[in-house]
Amino acid sequence: MKRAISAAIAATILAAPAIAETVAPGDVAYDEAGAVAASLSGMPGNAEEGAKVFGSKSIGNCVSCHEVTALADVPFPGNVGPSLDGVADRWSEGEIRGIVANAKNTYDGTIMPSFYKVEGFIRPGDAYTGKGIALDKIEPLLTAQQIEDLVAFLVTLKE
Amino acid sequence: MKFKAMTALSLTLAVAAAGSANADPVEDELIVNGETEIVTKTAAPAHMENIDEVMSGWLFRENDTRDMQRDDFDNPGMLAVEAAMETWDEVEGTAGKACSDCHGTLDDDQMVGIRAVYPKWNENAGEVWTLEMAINSCRTEQMGAEAWGYTGTEMTNMSALMSYASRGVPVNVAIDGPAQPTWEQGKELYYTRTGQLELSCANCHEDNYGNMIRADHLSQGQINAFPAYRLKNAKLNSVHDRFKGCVRDTRAETYSPGSPEFVALELYVASRGNGLSVEGPSVRN
Ligand code: HEC
Ligand code: HEC
Repeated sequence: MKRAISAAIAATILAAPAIAETVAPGDVAYDEAGAVAASLSGMPGNAEEGAKVFGSKSIGNCVSCHEVTALADVPFPGNVGPSLDGVADRWSEGEIRGIVANAKNTYDGTIMPSFYKVEGFIRPGDAYTGKGIALDKIEPLLTAQQIEDLVAFLVTLKE
Repeated sequence: MKFKAMTALSLTLAVAAAGSANADPVEDELIVNGETEIVTKTAAPAHMENIDEVMSGWLFRENDTRDMQRDDFDNPGMLAVEAAMETWDEVEGTAGKACSDCHGTLDDDQMVGIRAVYPKWNENAGEVWTLEMAINSCRTEQMGAEAWGYTGTEMTNMSALMSYASRGVPVNVAIDGPAQPTWEQGKELYYTRTGQLELSCANCHEDNYGNMIRADHLSQGQINAFPAYRLKNAKLNSVHDRFKGCVRDTRAETYSPGSPEFVALELYVASRGNGLSVEGPSVRN
């Protein structure tokens, strides 16, 4: 339902085809620097939704490592990662998409988790139960649209 | 006593820290009951590659939590110690023996220093034993009693008593000789990035101690202070329970308490704290 609506909006705004193509985690095209040019969901993101994904413990939980002044009302931001104030001055939209989808392509060996990846894990678990999960059952940490929403939010962070 | 002169300064720092987002460990000293000095910070053992100074998790906790550990009357973990003191003298099993029949009364001080050298190579078994494994061997082999659950209440209580008996003694586990392959295995596990979040122990406790991960102030993940009474679940927690929780938080399939992997990891993590005092039972959030 929600999807149908945003697809309709996308169609009007961008005159894009109404059926959006989601790029599967294994098919994302990263360039040499780790950037991803095209939308993963085939649709534009929603910055307000992105802010929710960023701050919510049960969704992106980005605040566990990053502080953002624009989200000062979200309690207890962590500082394991850098503050994301002004991140859009430092990186292009495509670069931000790449970092959120799989930061390890941009920063070799970074502690930042890969949010759009389903393979290559050691002892992957079934969410936070401590139990194992069948390899073909692993879902990415965020959906393509949640990543687009985050990107839409992050590109607003200019100084 | 170069620390004494610093106390006034440390108090100021501690207050400042509580009032701001400053996440560095506090400058503070721990003297339990005004008599037992606890080394909470010291030069890292020679085998440590990326850390110069090792620190107890106590230095990373809030003022109230730290204070609870200064006096045994305020430390809820002491109830476990008292329970285990009774168990120490209780006859159990087919051999008709209590712990005290082999190891003397607690006042004999025969158990002083034991906690500090475990996990330790056991020659007869041909493997590294944790304190829990040694205790269960006493129960099944010497007393003819049933083994306790690895992280069960009786076991954790007894482990608290063993820490209490060694409180203030520097941790000094052996990592060479026959224990070395187990230590290497533990080291490998420590640096392996597990789960869907792909995080290793080192990512949090070596690369980021002192930083905040959401509301949690990351410490070096030392185990000198175990078992730890956690205000969060209002009970005494054993080392392997803590390991399990941390591995689970990487969205990984955990190992089981008492498993060879966790035994190896315990030896390795204990060795990272060589030089810190045995501090358990401790209070944590
Ligand atoms: C476990 C910690 C952690 C989490 C969780 C995390 N990040 Fe990061 N992030 C980092 C670190 C660390 C860096 C810096 C790269 C480095 O040095 O490894 C970074 C870098 C970034 C950057 C580039 C920063 C800049 O200013 O150049 C962006 C954008 C970013 N993260 C977004 C996110 C988003 C969005 C999420 C949640 C969906 C997230 N991060 C979750 C640790 C984290
Ligand atoms: C995602 C981050 C993260 C990872 C990865 C992690 N831990 Fe922790 N650990 C924590 C947090 C948060 C705490 C509670 C605050 C503190 O003491 O650091 C903690 C606490 C601990 C403590 C208690 C320290 C004390 O003094 O009370 C130990 C021991 C520990 N961790 C060991 C480990 C080991 C061993 C591993 C790897 C198997 C590991 N941790 C992986 C986040 C992590």
